[in-house]
Amino acid sequence: MPSVLPDGETVPEDGSLPASALDGAGDRPLAFYLHVPYCATRCGYCDFNTYTATELRGSGGVLASRDNYAATLADEVRLARKVLGDDPRQVRTVFVGGGTPTLLPAADLVAMLGAVREEFGLADDAEITTEANPESVNPEYLAELRAGGFNRISFGMQSARPHVLKVLDRTHTPGRPEACVAEARAAGFDHVNLDLIYGTPGESDDDWHASLTAAVGAGPDHISAYALIVEEGTQLARRIRRGEVPMTDDDVHADRYLIADSMLADAGYSWYEVSNWATSDAGRCLHNELYWRGADWWGAGPGAHSHVGGVRWWNVKHPGAYAAALAEGRSPGAGRELLPAEDRRVERILLELRLREGVPLSLLRPAGLAASRTALTDGLLDEASYGAGQAVLTLRGRLLADAVVRDLVD
Amino acid sequence: MPATPLHVPEPSRTDPALIRNFCIIAHIDHGKSTLADRMLQLTGVVEQRQMRAQYLDRMDIERERGITIKSQAVRLPWAPTEGEGQGRTHILNMIDTPGHVDFTYEVSRSLAACEGTVLLVDAAQGIEAQTLANLYLAMENELAIVPVLNKIDLPAAQPEKFAEELANLVGCEPEDVLRVSAKTGVGVEALLDRVVREVPAPVGVADAPARAMIFDSVYDSYRGVVTYVRVIDGQLGKRERIRMMSTGATHELLEIGTNSPEMLPADGLGVGEVGYLITGVKDVRQSKVGDTITQQHKGATEALGGYKDPKPMVFSGLYPLDGSDYPELRDALDKLQLNDAALVYEPETSAALGFGFRVGFLGLLHLDVIRERLEREFGLDLIATAPNVVYRVLMEDGAEHTVTNPSEFPEGKIDEVYEPVVRATILAPSEFIGAIMELCQTRRGTLLGMDYLSEDRVEIRYTLPLAEIVFDFFDQLKSKTRGYASLDYEPTGEQASSLVKVDILLHGDKVDAFSAITHKDAAYAYGVRLVAKLRELIPRQAFEVPIQAAIGSRVIARETIRAIRKDVLAKCYGGDISRKRKLLEKQKEGKKRMKMVGSVEVPQEAFIAVLSSDDSGGKSKK
Repeated sequence: MPSVLPDGETVPEDGSLPASALDGAGDRPLAFYLHVPYCATRCGYCDFNTYTATELRGSGGVLASRDNYAATLADEVRLARKVLGDDPRQVRTVFVGGGTPTLLPAADLVAMLGAVREEFGLADDAEITTEANPESVNPEYLAELRAGGFNRISFGMQSARPHVLKVLDRTHTPGRPEACVAEARAAGFDHVNLDLIYGTPGESDDDWHASLTAAVGAGPDHISAYALIVEEGTQLARRIRRGEVPMTDDDVHADRYLIADSMLADAGYSWYEVSNWATSDAGRCLHNELYWRGADWWGAGPGAHSHVGGVRWWNVKHPGAYAAALAEGRSPGAGRELLPAEDRRVERILLELRLREGVPLSLLRPAGLAASRTALTDGLLDEASYGAGQAVLTLRGRLLADAVVRDLVD
Repeated sequence: MPATPLHVPEPSRTDPALIRNFCIIAHIDHGKSTLADRMLQLTGVVEQRQMRAQYLDRMDIERERGITIKSQAVRLPWAPTEGEGQGRTHILNMIDTPGHVDFTYEVSRSLAACEGTVLLVDAAQGIEAQTLANLYLAMENELAIVPVLNKIDLPAAQPEKFAEELANLVGCEPEDVLRVSAKTGVGVEALLDRVVREVPAPVGVADAPARAMIFDSVYDSYRGVVTYVRVIDGQLGKRERIRMMSTGATHELLEIGTNSPEMLPADGLGVGEVGYLITGVKDVRQSKVGDTITQQHKGATEALGGYKDPKPMVFSGLYPLDGSDYPELRDALDKLQLNDAALVYEPETSAALGFGFRVGFLGLLHLDVIRERLEREFGLDLIATAPNVVYRVLMEDGAEHTVTNPSEFPEGKIDEVYEPVVRATILAPSEFIGAIMELCQTRRGTLLGMDYLSEDRVEIRYTLPLAEIVFDFFDQLKSKTRGYASLDYEPTGEQASSLVKVDILLHGDKVDAFSAITHKDAAYAYGVRLVAKLRELIPRQAFEVPIQAAIGSRVIARETIRAIRKDVLAKCYGGDISRKRKLLEKQKEGKKRMKMVGSVEVPQEAFIAVLSSDDSGGKSKK
């Protein structure tokens, strides 16, 4: 979650939604995102809404403390219950992200999940994921999570090469993420993901090969591979500006992407979103797919974003301010936007085009349709799918997805 | 300080023997306007409290840039304080001339309305090339010259040195050069006395049919065209019907009068007098500078000499940055033309820039002034294409084309291409001779001659193609001489040259706006430079874009913009969506500012950077 919040209108104190937001809610799955805004140290490339113990000292007082964070977050889940009223939906997916969720005791994560279960109920086949830092889990911890209802886990591996991890400020020892996959399997997790980052300054094609080989070798059923984005305001951006590390060229990113897609395909992983590959449909991350398909989700925690029926809102960023609002019985919402139909159409195009299933051509207006034909001619859209009425990106098209979107929304 | 003199002769009843018509020749910044202000005060026509700096310069741009664009005439009563005619009120008509090379023709008409001129030179800087050119014009017109050094109050003034220089030029003794400070007023009374003493009174035939020469014509939004005239023979009276001798058009005189300095109606104007008339015409082209006015009935049969139509020398395409401003641009040009007979334009369409106008100018300053007025007075944002001159192209089949826009350069078998040439005069300290000659040689110049004005100042004369001057010649000259050189040029005809058209092709499509006509020896450098620049300015596209410079079908330079390979954000999760949508909106806005050239998106900035005359399209700046 990026740390810069958008501008928007204010959220009512009780967090209530316009009536229209719940129209037809029964047809939409409901998801929960639970944010844990803590990290042991801040990584140089990260601009997420997360805080180290040092950063929080003195600024948020006892309210921002990690110790009672699970209880605070449970307060927001109860607020969600009030706001959604008698919405009968059970929760399809829960995703605990951060920050570093596994900095909290496993029992806290289980308690947070418990709050959702208690207030809303979980669907029988609900996907329950947590992110985890390879160094902050062990077999006991994993077993406790599994016993508490978690069935999917995502490890931040990033790279198999020490010098790359060093540029990223990642502290885990190479090999540890792969070991985590085995430990998670042993603990009974159905689904395991490894996150990889490519294009880190100083990374070579060989390094990237090695990372992919190591990740594939560990046998997760899901791999995410992200081009490193150098966000303004991060330590890494400053280092690049000072010339301490080189900026990675876009063409290098393109090369690495092609390497990833080819190696992952060879190993039995197929893409289902621009940056995500899975060994089977069951291995896809359903929670993320709900984001991309315009479902309703409630993001709880500081800076978390939510979406219900065309209303997007986001919470105050600071854990102290967040806890204070909930302690006073107020919504921690900092701002929101009510999306007009056209914005919702544009969002559908920009999100769904990133998926293997693509965008229905029926969503496009005449100018966008004309542009889609050009994209087809240029080899950016898949011919067979196009014939079936869907705009689906080719491999080259995936690398130029944003350019295609700009034309298709016309 | 003398008050307004008594017994001031009235217009139409002034004895020509008491009239002195003079102008001031000076370089920009040498203090002409300040001197004129001082004269207005001394003669009492403008009271102290009404005085504002540069009273006569009406346009904002004139006051700001310290230059005079349109001349004016002011009737000043002056009784000499000593010498001949002491105590007798004379009428001094001060005709303010434009100072810049672009307006040579207007200067020559102003001079033709006078019997004498004050040659005003900055005592710290000496004479400049344009002043020298105008001085020669005045000498050709046999005007009496009153040499004056101004700014003698400045610490850097070197009156001895420059008095010597002026004396050599004018043919007088250094002691005869007056020394004044227009700023403090020192010496200005003596100057007025000198004008009465040395400038001859006008001579004309009082009972002949009236003949008056138009030396300026100004559009006023309240009064229509105000025409400034000098009566040579006869008398023009109010409510008379007059005839323009070049066109035969007749008009009724709605008002006639003099300026002091505001317009003051009178019964008429007699021999030797200078004043204004209003006929109700709305367009200065109906009242052209240089034309002769006479009465409709029993008028003169022979016009005064010297009339010619102003001919544009330099052309540039003017396009509104926002295409929807096109009608405003047209209206603005129409309005400016009311006041500027030399401004010509016609609609032009560029595949790259949309709808605009090809506009003809007398020269570069004229171009700058017009562009600035369009932007400032009419609030238009413009792209001005690099200025070019007029070419005459003879085909082997005998056909002849006049090319005012490089994109109109004919295809097919060309026999000869003619380009306008000018005679350029450069004045500079002698230490810069080498640098100046080097510059002129690289600009295809031919040395005509060189003379020392004084020990360390030199006049260098060259024949140069006008096309070589219109780009950044003056800037280069200034930078190579640390600002000391001054330049004047006058058209002297045309010459056949080895000229070629260089086209720029983007992804195989010719971009008309980037076409240029250059000498064949310079074509390669031009092509290489422009192609390299475009490669920097045009963002990578979804496909590879070759940029080529070509003469006809022969490619002389090529660069390639590699296809963009990655344009996708790696992550897009719940919290990223709003941000991503907003980013998309921003990118769409950016896309709107792109111009499509064929299938290539070219940022507006690329056109501006390549075409604008600020960053010359023709020569690289060092």
